[in-house]
Amino acid sequence: MFSFIVRRIGSSIPTMLILILISFALMRLAPGSPFSSDRGLPPEVLANLELKYGLNLPWFEQLFVYLKGIIFDFDFGPSFKYTDKSVNDILAQGFPVTLTYGIWSFVAAVAVGLPLGIVAAVRHNTKLDYAAVGFSIGAQVLPNFVMAPILVIIFTLWLNWLPGGGWNGGQWQYVVMPILALSTSYMASIARITRSSMLEVLHANFIRTAKAKGVPMRNIILRHALKPALLPVISYLGPAFVYMITGSVIIDIYFSTGGMGQFFVDAALNRDYSLLMGVTIVFGVMTIVFNTLVDITYAWLDPKIRL
Amino acid sequence: MLVNKKKMAALIDSNAEQGQVKGRSQWQDAMRRFKGNKASLISVFVLAAMTLFAFLGPLLSPWDHETIDWELIGNAAEMGAPQFANGHFFGTDDLGRDMYSRVLQGTQISLMVGFVGTLVAVTVGVLYGAIAGYFGGAVDNVMMRFVDILMSIPYMFILIILFVMFGRSVYILFIGLGLFSWMDMARIVRGQTLTLKHKEFIEAAVMAGVSDFKIIVRHIVPNLLGIVVVYMSLMIPSLILLESFISFLGLGIQEPLTSWGALISDGASTIQYGTLWQLAFPLGFFVTGLFCFFFIGDGLRDAFDPKDR
Repeated sequence: MFSFIVRRIGSSIPTMLILILISFALMRLAPGSPFSSDRGLPPEVLANLELKYGLNLPWFEQLFVYLKGIIFDFDFGPSFKYTDKSVNDILAQGFPVTLTYGIWSFVAAVAVGLPLGIVAAVRHNTKLDYAAVGFSIGAQVLPNFVMAPILVIIFTLWLNWLPGGGWNGGQWQYVVMPILALSTSYMASIARITRSSMLEVLHANFIRTAKAKGVPMRNIILRHALKPALLPVISYLGPAFVYMITGSVIIDIYFSTGGMGQFFVDAALNRDYSLLMGVTIVFGVMTIVFNTLVDITYAWLDPKIRL
Repeated sequence: MLVNKKKMAALIDSNAEQGQVKGRSQWQDAMRRFKGNKASLISVFVLAAMTLFAFLGPLLSPWDHETIDWELIGNAAEMGAPQFANGHFFGTDDLGRDMYSRVLQGTQISLMVGFVGTLVAVTVGVLYGAIAGYFGGAVDNVMMRFVDILMSIPYMFILIILFVMFGRSVYILFIGLGLFSWMDMARIVRGQTLTLKHKEFIEAAVMAGVSDFKIIVRHIVPNLLGIVVVYMSLMIPSLILLESFISFLGLGIQEPLTSWGALISDGASTIQYGTLWQLAFPLGFFVTGLFCFFFIGDGLRDAFDPKDR
């Protein structure tokens, strides 16, 4: 197990480097610079700007400086557009917000989806099962960008219960709708995957043996069925995490929560390449770390993987 | 020996009849099972109707998707509601453009993104997976490692950076989406190829001196088609979702063209003025379309893999 963990972590490091390389290469290849405008700057001003941001150096030196900054100081350099801020400042400002509702959405998706799937499988072909299946089919077509306006129509415009946007330091009224919008479709996916894998496990021979021995149903599910049934769910958590991170962009834009997504889209529209790279790399590294954790959990649950 | 001619004739006849009973191929079997699935079958018809409507419907409207109705501009909330009198069957958007034409135009783009993107992704994925699986060994190792790395990157961000950098024409959208979604396909195809390549007919082809490329294209790929079709049907809606996502952010399709995501985004930004039809019509098309695709996908999966039900 230990050697598996070491190997898995070892293999995620080149992935991170490749991620940084790809974003760096994209930025280098990008036509036009963040300083090119319709009016056109005088060449000496442009030269000064390039000197300030180190853009006059050959590309490998730029890459070296950039990599060194990230690895040793966790420094993503200055933002091209917000001249008084560094990329780090912006990350520090937006990241806690994204993380707050992101973690809650993830917890909500798992905490609702998992039990729902298990119950639906145990009560197979009852009304409860049909309700769960109906929910998971329906929520497939309700991704975050569809849920968000629907929630606002219901809770803000009709019922007038919750504010339609803003963050306000993370008061609960402001956090509820982002969490609901972000988690619903993944809740449904988790419920669907749990249900089908649980059903398969419940039909396995060892469960029949346990039933024949007279083990109570509760123990069968918790002690025998749950662990193997969880495997497909856990391997879905990695992609779900990626989708949620990308989904947070929608949430930030629609609810004006002031998280990373807002800055990412602004940076994309303003061609603020250093900020764009910073956000991409941070999200990418988070994803890679999370995937590593998922793989380790998976190996812990399923010894066959550890080879 | 007395030969009963009548009996013999009957025997020959019945033999001839039996000769005409054909074996059913995997495809015929699958199609038969698919037709037994009501939800999927209805979805096929609904989707076909929607596609026809998207491409022929604009002929019925006096408005096109970019002309502004100057009589309504600035007053869309009160006068832009759906009505037949002025030809705005679905009402108008905030700028006074006809929603009916825009929704149908958006439907065209969204459907096309789904199909073209899937075609790109499947072509790349099938060839990549088949090559990795067929050659095996170090080639396989390197190629699949690369896929692993690509899959653990949140490529949505890279995709958006690409759109920002290289402009956002429809073609870049189609190809870009496809080029970022072939990895799953490649994995599945590789797994299938690994089991296929030790079958006798491949060995026979190798012995007959058929070139590697030809074996992959003529013998391996056709045998993968079942699983590819199932996967394609699930990929179309996911690409439509992806495109809608990017267009919702305003980073995808560009005006005056539009798509489901862009329309939902426009509609969602004006709900506080009570112009709900601007959201309801695109949302209705989006939800119906995706439902159909998901049902067809499920139906195809059950049809090609009956044990999985």
